[in-house]
Amino acid sequence: MSKMEIRLAGSGGQGVILATIILAEAAIIAGKNTAQSQSYGPEARGGMCKAEVIISDENIGFTKVTKPTFLLALTQVSLDKYAKEVDENCIVMADSSLDIPKDLKVKKIYSLPILETAKTEVGKAFTANIVAVAAINEALKLVGVKELEEAVFRHIPKGTEEINRKALYAGEKLAKKI
Amino acid sequence: MKNRVLMQGNEACVEGAIKAGMRFFAGYPITPSTEIAEQSAVRLPQVGGHFIQMEDEIASMAAIIGASAVGTKSMTATSGPGFSLKQENIGYACMTEIPCVIVDVQRSGPSTGLPTSPSQSDVMQARWGTHGDHSIIAISPSSVQECYHLAIRAFNLAEKYRTPVIFLMDEIVGHLREGIEIDDDENIEIIERKMKQRPDTLHLPYHVCEGEDVPRFHLTGYDIRYNITGLAHGADGFPTNNNEIAGQLVTRLMQKIEHNVDDIVQVEEKYCDDAETVIVCYGGTTRCVMSAVEELRAKGKKVGYFRPITIWPFPEKQLKALSEKVKNIIVAEHNYGQILLEVQRIVKNCKIGFVGKVDGTVIMPKEIVKAVEEVK
Repeated sequence: MSKMEIRLAGSGGQGVILATIILAEAAIIAGKNTAQSQSYGPEARGGMCKAEVIISDENIGFTKVTKPTFLLALTQVSLDKYAKEVDENCIVMADSSLDIPKDLKVKKIYSLPILETAKTEVGKAFTANIVAVAAINEALKLVGVKELEEAVFRHIPKGTEEINRKALYAGEKLAKKI
Repeated sequence: MKNRVLMQGNEACVEGAIKAGMRFFAGYPITPSTEIAEQSAVRLPQVGGHFIQMEDEIASMAAIIGASAVGTKSMTATSGPGFSLKQENIGYACMTEIPCVIVDVQRSGPSTGLPTSPSQSDVMQARWGTHGDHSIIAISPSSVQECYHLAIRAFNLAEKYRTPVIFLMDEIVGHLREGIEIDDDENIEIIERKMKQRPDTLHLPYHVCEGEDVPRFHLTGYDIRYNITGLAHGADGFPTNNNEIAGQLVTRLMQKIEHNVDDIVQVEEKYCDDAETVIVCYGGTTRCVMSAVEELRAKGKKVGYFRPITIWPFPEKQLKALSEKVKNIIVAEHNYGQILLEVQRIVKNCKIGFVGKVDGTVIMPKEIVKAVEEVK
């Protein structure tokens, strides 16, 4: 696998940091190298939040994303901001409630109802990050489904396995449709 | 057996500390060090240790000195604003020679600055933050793996030299998650402070044995009563105004580190053998420099990097030797130029360049590449 530079952006409280931690955990389970980091403001909720994970078979020097190979945006402001920093080799995934910038020239655009699926199909809005993780894994073929599930289970409260399994399934299905 | 797990730098620091024997943590949480307090609160009760959240940073520092005085390996963690508050008691630990580890996960300052943004602007505070002539040891990790192993080393050096050790992290490494290998074998060296053996010296807490630089320790508050003070003191631990004794004490405090720099100092050098330009970096900045150097080497540029792992005492001898082989040295650090001052003091025959940042963003590899390519 070549080096994947993955950036997730959204609003504080949407769980984008946890989503990158889960992807990093999955990478470790799959025997790959990874570096996960985040940047956020002092506020706990509502501010813009960016989280990144690099996954590679090689050793990782610089730990931040420089050329994103993948961008997920869950809010309009984060999409508008980070879409400006991607090039034609990047895959962009955005919630379908967002307007994709007209001039965005990238390898592929996925517009998926991540937030809506978490709310109605899974039944809990807070599972949106798990829906997204599964959709990203399906789109990028990062790790096996079982490895991803194991990674999720290491980072969720006990007793929430079923709803998160449901979210994983829903996310995978979303990305398979494309 | 080595076990590879995903861990954050701050968490790995706690695991290393516990491996080294930390059984007491007192702190007052502050971003970006908070996970160290959180993880200590979870882990210490599991290993028979104690965690206290104190009312502030000053009290936290006092608490770990007290715990160490009765023989418990102790640590506190903070960031720049709290590090400022701890300075008074760090001086007390220097003077009374109580081993302890102070973690400073640096963030942008001055004052409360940018709480969640990276910085390395406490380098000089780590050296001279507390008043008076004193020696100090500061260590700076550049990966999550090093947060673990070097935290163990920080405790070992604190015990061996009876000194506070500053574990000088930064937000880049503290909040980074990587895969690390935790050793569960017994091969890791754990150093304990030397205890007094001779019965005739038990009541002399600062008596130094012939041929040694550091007084041996006797636990405070058990059998024999003795005095500990931040005032100048002789072997008996009681305050004195005797200039000869005071002079000998300060000199010994400096020399116990100076005489042992070869044991304390660690550096990493990469691609320096044939290098024309060498980048001096440390801590989280190293990761950016590693990528830049690989990129430049791929283009055929003769460039390497020199990394002090031990920041204080500064690896003067190593840098001087290197400077006699190379033409250019570029210092890269997340501040306005602090280690730059040390490099300018030590290096006499190279061109010295500088890449620094004070806006809370991270130095990018392309900025290092540009600085190297612009060297004439």
